[in-house]
Amino acid sequence: MTTPRIVVTGIGASSPLGGTAPESWSGLLAGESGARSLEHEWVAKYELPVTFAAEAKVRPEEVLARPVAKRLDPASQFAMIAAMEAWEDAGAPDVEPDRLGVDFATGIGGVWTLLDAWDTLREKGPRRVMPMTVPMLMPNAAAGNLSLHFGARAFARTVASACASSTESIVNAVEHLQDGLADIVIAGGTESAIHPITIASFASMQALSRRNDDPATASRPCSVDRDGFVMGEGAGALILETEEHAKARGAKIYAYVVGGGVTADSYHITANDPEGRGAARAVRLALDMAGASPDDVTHINAHATSTPVGDPNEYQALRAVFGARIDEIPVSATKASTGHLLGGTGALEAIFTILAIGQRQAPPTINLTTQDPEVPFRISGSPQDLGAGDQLAISNSFGFGGHNAVVAFATA
Amino acid sequence: MALSQEEVLAGLAELITDETGISADEVALEKSFTDDLDIDSISMMTIVVNAEEKFGVTIPDDEVKNLKTVGDAVTFITSNQS
Repeated sequence: MTTPRIVVTGIGASSPLGGTAPESWSGLLAGESGARSLEHEWVAKYELPVTFAAEAKVRPEEVLARPVAKRLDPASQFAMIAAMEAWEDAGAPDVEPDRLGVDFATGIGGVWTLLDAWDTLREKGPRRVMPMTVPMLMPNAAAGNLSLHFGARAFARTVASACASSTESIVNAVEHLQDGLADIVIAGGTESAIHPITIASFASMQALSRRNDDPATASRPCSVDRDGFVMGEGAGALILETEEHAKARGAKIYAYVVGGGVTADSYHITANDPEGRGAARAVRLALDMAGASPDDVTHINAHATSTPVGDPNEYQALRAVFGARIDEIPVSATKASTGHLLGGTGALEAIFTILAIGQRQAPPTINLTTQDPEVPFRISGSPQDLGAGDQLAISNSFGFGGHNAVVAFATA
Repeated sequence: MALSQEEVLAGLAELITDETGISADEVALEKSFTDDLDIDSISMMTIVVNAEEKFGVTIPDDEVKNLKTVGDAVTFITSNQS
């Protein structure tokens, strides 16, 4: 039996650039930034050192019906919105419930629900803590609710690997499809963690940009004056399907998911392996699974969070795989526009990668001031032409815990 | 100042609408929470928590199972207001 090929037949997103995947993509191509000053009373109240973030452009509770929204943490709300868009985009396929699966990730889970409930407990006592508190805050809440909503009974799985989460969930979905566990999988990831606690924590570890006076230019991957990442939020969802199933129902095919690689550094809980060995290995695994060589790669969506240490580290890891040719491959560092969606970031960037190879243009990387000679990726503030030929692209995600995940997409 | 039965009913209907999306017009005294309004146990407990806050009453856990209809809840709240 040959291994089935896996295709992408639907995409959906709610991001700092727009409430849908096409709006997010348009904003990205137009060079927009999703980062803005935060207008919450808690920013001044707690004297947060970072006063901006890339909040979702459309508030999820305004999209969903109130009775639906109030049973979901914002992270699950974003997941539901992105998945509903992707499902419709795939033509709302008619599939046996036992053959429909969910692989949906989060980095942190329902932090807002948890901490709101803690406030309620302290201020009003245990009788005021809502019965839905735990089922809303659990990290599998998004996967469970998607299973419930779409009637998915093959499985509903959640991986949590911080900022690698949703790339890893896509890789897992491919493996689940190839293992014959389902015909269709709703894959992706979500995050809604722009909270004073997470801002304080990331700021405390010196991970966040402090460009409070100019949020829109704060996320500047590969620029010599980058000073940290910008928190984002939102979700991305993909409908993945065996090629046979997709073709049998006449579905449109965005791209093939041809490879995936997941590795662990076992080096440090937050710092990258300075030699990028785990990241390089994940890229090689993805290319091996694709039956491709580094020379076949035509586009890379880099993890590139805009931290001083992370960006050159990724460059070194990719240089180890691609050699000098890394400087010739059109790269996009889309967190410049979106900020960093943590557990949602890999799925959003997977969507950008799919659209990039389909339209033969690498999206722009905004805010590039003076490019750091230590990070000489071929990036541009304008879209880069990928040429007319067959495309093979990778999207990288790396997370606290030493997680590395890479997924490879192809046009044919 | 104690609320009238009508005021409690209107307030309870608001909580039920907010939790379930059921139109306030549907929330009448004779309606059963489970059989007529299709309210599951977790929604019922959410409504109880919100009703305690809104009306300043305590609805003991043992009492909740006796509240079969909207009218049962309105009567309990009306007669237990401080």
